[in-house]
Order: sequence, then C-alpha cells, then structure tokens
Amino acid sequence: MDTNFLSVALADDDEDDRLLFDEAIKQLSIKTELTLFKDGQELMDYLLIPDVAHPNLIFLDLNMPAKNGMQCLQEIRQNTALKDLIIAIYSTSSSEQDIEETFVNGANIYINKPTSFSKLKEVIERVLHLNWQYHTSNMNRNTFLFRF
Amino acid sequence: MKIYLRYNFKVICETVVREQLEKLEISYSSTDLGEVNTLEPLSLETKEKLFKALKGYGITMLEDQKETLVDRIKNTIDEMLIDENARILKVSSYLSDKLNYTYSYLSSVFSENTYSSIENYVILRKVDLVKELLCDEDLTLTEIAYRLNYSSVSHLSGQFKKTTGLTPSSFQRIMRRKKTQTLQSFKP
Repeated sequence: MDTNFLSVALADDDEDDRLLFDEAIKQLSIKTELTLFKDGQELMDYLLIPDVAHPNLIFLDLNMPAKNGMQCLQEIRQNTALKDLIIAIYSTSSSEQDIEETFVNGANIYINKPTSFSKLKEVIERVLHLNWQYHTSNMNRNTFLFRF
Repeated sequence: MKIYLRYNFKVICETVVREQLEKLEISYSSTDLGEVNTLEPLSLETKEKLFKALKGYGITMLEDQKETLVDRIKNTIDEMLIDENARILKVSSYLSDKLNYTYSYLSSVFSENTYSSIENYVILRKVDLVKELLCDEDLTLTEIAYRLNYSSVSHLSGQFKKTTGLTPSSFQRIMRRKKTQTLQSFKP
C-alpha cells in the first residue's frame, strides 16, 4: 500500500489555489502524484489523449476561463471512456443551487474551498480516504455523493 | 559525559525478533532480516501474541492473510448490517465471534490497512445502505431507520448529514433529478 501512488488531478485557474493545494496534499500521509491544469480546456485536452493514464480522482474548480468546471463535468460524464472517473468539485461557491446542479450533472463530491490551510489539508485527506474506501470496498458507485 | 553510539540495525532487529520468538516458545529455523521461518505453523492465538509483542518494538508483522482478513471483516460487517438477528449485538462481539480473533487485533489490522477504523467503516457502510434504500421511493425514513437499526429517524438523519454533508431529503431530490436526466439523455 505504501508504495502505491494515488494519482490526483486539479484544474484551477487561480495560481495561488493550485500552489496551496499542492503544498497541502504533499503534507498528507497518503502518497499522491498531483497533476495541475490551468483551466478546463487543458484538463480535457489531457484526458482525451489516446491511452493516457487517467487520474484516480479529479478536483475541479467551477469558475475557469476557456472551459468551466460544469462543462468539463458534463463532457466527462457523456464520454464512455471517462464517465467512471471520480470527480470532486472544488469551488468557492456555496450556493445551494450550484451544488445541486453539479451533483445532478454527475459530481461525486462537492467541496467548498476552505479558508485556512489546516482545513484544506483536513478536507483533502478526508476526500482521499473516502475515495480509497470506495475503490477497495463493495460500495455503491451510483450513490457516491458527499459534500464537505 | 557524552557517549557516542553506533547502531547495527540488523543485529538489533534480529535479536528482538529472536527474543520474542523464544519468549512465546515458537521454534524457528532461521531469522533473516525481514523473514522468519517457523518450524510449525502458528495458531491464530500465537500469531496474535507475536504480532502484539513485535508491535511494541515498532516491528509490523506482514502477512498476506492480512488483506484477506480486512476483506473478511468488511464482508462480515455487510452481513451484520442486514442480519435481523444481529441488531441487538455490538459490532465488536459480532466480529470477534464470527472471525475468531479478538476485537483489538481485528481493529488494529483494519486500521493499519485501510486508513480507517472499523467504527468509521461501519458508519460509512451503513450510510451507503441508507442511500440505496432512499432511492427506493416506497420506503419512508421511519422504515429505513427501523431496518438498519437506528434508534430514531433523527439519529439516522443526523448521521447521514454528518457523513455525507447532505440531508436525506436533498440526497433523494438529487437522485430523482439524476434519474430523469439520464432517462432524457437516452431519448433519441
């Protein structure tokens, strides 16, 4: 288990948020390999490369130029090769409507961007554990919905 | 006065392992670093004792069966959650009865291999079952609470909200909308 890396992707247009996320995930005991994307288009271009290794978990910001998180989510869910990816929305929006829309469109997890670094670490750790639990246990993928 | 020490880890580790084996009267043929060959297969009880003894020195006993044991724990929890006769029992006694290990051993193996405690796993699994039942529109929350042995509807709702961040009713609404959306997207 210790030698396995969990591959994680984050698409976020805010450079500070990307840096903080990278720093936070590095400090966790779970070993991860993080790939960063500056917007939704970059992420989709990468995922659509033939035979590319898909991340175990994708964190997706909602408000991004070029292609926003909701568009990415819909494209991923409509693509048979990508539709089983686990997606965690990572956004500053706490509007109930936004949250519900992302779930209806296929998000598994909704995270309100935490305001402190320690909270950020805590939430990423909980999401990674949860995702791992779903991968290794007999749990229902269709109802994999969580909000943090 | 300051004394400087140089450690030989190989010797230290092997000495500790040999001492513990002898203490438990386990006969062995060799103890190469990272591997012990016992002359006879160990009973579950002895294995458990050795596991505990070595753990105190920061030595973790690895065994292939551990992953299997984790799976068996998970399966037994699944059985328990839908077993009508198990509702009055405690998870700890149910697991140790069925699997023939002490609960403390089971819980340490589980935590070391899954990043989660048995207790947390039970909650997660239970909430997963609640989710499944919530998709069945004919069931009321009261019925679901009874089936899964919650003391009350508010206990169920509280645990659901705490674990998933959603209320049972918003979860139900989302699942209903997802279903209609999927149906729509399949229309020609």
